[in-house]
Amino acid sequence: MSTVTDTKRKAPAGERVADWADGRLGIYGLAKANMRKIFPDHWSFMLGEICLYSFIIIILTGVYLTLFFHPSMNEVVYHGSYEPMQGIRMSEAYASTLDISFDVRGGLLVRQIHHWAAVIFLAGMFVHMFRVFFTGAYRKPREINWLFGFLLFVLGMFTGFTGYSLPDDLLSGTGVRFTQGAILSMPIVGTYISMFLFGGEFPGTDIIARFYSIHILLLPGIMLGLVVGHLILVFFHKHTQFAGPGKTNKNVVGMPLLPVYMAKAGGFFFLVFGFISIVAAIASINPIWALGPYRPDQVSTGAQPDWYMGFAEGFVRVMPGWEINLWGHTLVLGVLIPLVLFGVILAALALYPFLESWITGDKREHHILDKPRNAPTRTALGVAWVTIYFVMLIGGGNDIWATHFHLSLNAISWFVRIAFFLGPVLAFIVTRRICLGLQRRDKEKVLHGRESGTIKRLPHGEFVEIHEPLGPEQLYALTAHEQYKPLEIGPTVDKNGVERKPSALQKLRARLSRSYYGEGNQIAKPTAEEYKEITSGHGHH
Amino acid sequence: MSSQEIPEERLPAEQDTAHGAVEVADDPFADPGLPAHRPRIQDIDERAAKRSERTVALMFTMSMLATVGFIASYVIFPVDKIVFIWPFGHVSALNFSLGLTLGLALFLIGTGAVHWARTLMSDVEVADDRHPIEAAPEVKAKVLADFAAGAQESALGRRKLIRNTMFGALALVPLSGVVLLRDLGPLPEKKLRKTLWAKGKQLVNMNTMEPLRPEDVVVGSLTFAMPEGLEEDAHDFQNQIAKAALMIVRIEPDDIKDKRQREWAHEGIVAFSKICTHVGCPISLYEQQTHHVLCPCHQSTFDLSDGARVIFGPAGHPLPQLRIGVNSEGNLEALGDFAEPVGPAFWERG
Repeated sequence: MSTVTDTKRKAPAGERVADWADGRLGIYGLAKANMRKIFPDHWSFMLGEICLYSFIIIILTGVYLTLFFHPSMNEVVYHGSYEPMQGIRMSEAYASTLDISFDVRGGLLVRQIHHWAAVIFLAGMFVHMFRVFFTGAYRKPREINWLFGFLLFVLGMFTGFTGYSLPDDLLSGTGVRFTQGAILSMPIVGTYISMFLFGGEFPGTDIIARFYSIHILLLPGIMLGLVVGHLILVFFHKHTQFAGPGKTNKNVVGMPLLPVYMAKAGGFFFLVFGFISIVAAIASINPIWALGPYRPDQVSTGAQPDWYMGFAEGFVRVMPGWEINLWGHTLVLGVLIPLVLFGVILAALALYPFLESWITGDKREHHILDKPRNAPTRTALGVAWVTIYFVMLIGGGNDIWATHFHLSLNAISWFVRIAFFLGPVLAFIVTRRICLGLQRRDKEKVLHGRESGTIKRLPHGEFVEIHEPLGPEQLYALTAHEQYKPLEIGPTVDKNGVERKPSALQKLRARLSRSYYGEGNQIAKPTAEEYKEITSGHGHH
Repeated sequence: MSSQEIPEERLPAEQDTAHGAVEVADDPFADPGLPAHRPRIQDIDERAAKRSERTVALMFTMSMLATVGFIASYVIFPVDKIVFIWPFGHVSALNFSLGLTLGLALFLIGTGAVHWARTLMSDVEVADDRHPIEAAPEVKAKVLADFAAGAQESALGRRKLIRNTMFGALALVPLSGVVLLRDLGPLPEKKLRKTLWAKGKQLVNMNTMEPLRPEDVVVGSLTFAMPEGLEEDAHDFQNQIAKAALMIVRIEPDDIKDKRQREWAHEGIVAFSKICTHVGCPISLYEQQTHHVLCPCHQSTFDLSDGARVIFGPAGHPLPQLRIGVNSEGNLEALGDFAEPVGPAFWERG
């Protein structure tokens, strides 16, 4: 690619390096499309960034930790610098974690940054995922990116679990035992999977080394690929934006990558890293030295997994202990049902975008985000899901609730059992009502203006509050959302008098469509006529 | 009501509503377009801009100082120095200072960069056009034609023998990988059904490592025991104790409700598996008055005076009981292995 510029001009060093690279990598082509790429601005768009940066922090600190950690279950007698553990038998994994915490300078800090970043990574993904859910950002063309993100969340859970199990301490060993017990409950294959995973009977001498390769290689390798794919798609699709003046489905309004987002996003990485470092300096996490090495016949009270596993823990705790013994076999429903529910409830979240697009029949691209209130049924379903999640978190920490709030364990379990069924229904109804109420308020604002807080006394003594009309920008922003009309099955007899039987699936789809967009399930936007009639001015407030 | 005029031509907006099956309501108000840019103080006042510049530079400078502080802390503080810092309590001086200085060094770079972007870089909003994700029809046609040509040239559809054997070979080849996983572990066989307990094995107190005598077990105490001959430094100690761990209490024989339990006890001394039948946590909490034991993991509760029946929580069946007696030396001994598998239930348990 020769340019027409003066060839005698001596190019600056930076340009010569770029030329060299361009000749081999074609970087100018890439930069042309991306260097001044526009990103819209909204506080909620940085949630995904928190996940990305904590993921990078986890990788950086994780590599450091591998330099000192010994993933071995060989038994050693401890003679390190932590006095209370002197002479105690433990695995090399546990001993090397003590060394990282007490003998390697800065090792404890890196360990704590690693663990805090993992906790924040999962929390960030959870919140980011629900930002995407409640704004409908998963709609076409972004369904695959939704699945990428979902997989990252699920894999993140298992990477976290295998990670906090590595120190082979009493708490995490108990969690591994629980996992083994859950695996045993699987019909037919349970005992085989358990034997193959643990290299024999529990706990065996292999599991730490196997978790290690899963934790540092297999899962993060897949996750790194998914993260890269996730980001490539964000660039390729261009970011979504909220409705507003000048923002359409055909453009993206914001500021360029170079320099604004380079500085803001780059700076935000340092903010996240700095924040986590400070947290790791002042708040201890997973103090394995206080727990002791793992022994299958010992346990501590108040055993809790990391927060993101509490949801699964809740199912296991509140499920009645059903066992069916037939023909010499045992179906361990008390453990199997929680295991299945855990998968089903997560899968429901993954598949929701496809269900919604089937109901709407919408094949268009969507780049303008919905305000949650403008999609009441979706928002209510999302809140119902989150309700189940948090009810189960309560169930997962039932002992903590019992001891901290002096409640009966029995009562908490029954509360969780009932709330699992009732909670989401209540949450659904309440959320939808709130959404519709907010829609009505938006309509009111459009038609009658904003409450100014100024009270005026009319000559005949009546007091009225002055409403200020909205500007054209606000009027547009409040009415730019789309409202679907519910799907009709159409006449069951066509014009030639031939009867047409709609299939059960078509009927279901029409019914769902009505429940999403039918009368009473969304508040019709104000029309131009309504607005004109009211604002033509007859002292109407 | 003095309304701000909305120009007529903006009502109603034009909107493309016909998209296949979808029907959507119109927008009542037209898009007024991007609002005009409002300059910041830094855009119009060079002194304010200079102030911002100094603020950013100050943050970057403080970050440098924090890094110097990090290195200094690393050198100065011994790894085992504990200090009291309000309100965090007793903390490692090294961890605290390293984390704080590293955190500040990073955080200040972040605040500097963000402040720079927000106050000094252009904040004029720009609109970029989107382009449809899907290919233009002629591109799609070209791709389909190319594919058809390639498929035609490969003759994959015509030469079925090649196609079918290739699918067969590709389907079989991953089997080697599956076969290679066979040696990950042994087959279950009867492993989960057997423990180290056997007729004549003495019960060894886990605390004293001495054989247990009936007089050692008093009403109201919870004692843990393991089979004689199992040493803590044995290579399979963890595997064996995971199944053999035993929990021993003494209950007044008249308080034992279960008949078989009374028979398998020795003068009211009963021995139950310590491993919870839910998912395998060791049970460790004992209520003297009610003879209830509680698993701290998932709160399954068993009544040791009634055949270790589950009275609360997610466990599905009672704790297995070990039949015990007293040998010629007056020590407690097992009269056999557990009659059923200990620990969590599994498919083959029956």
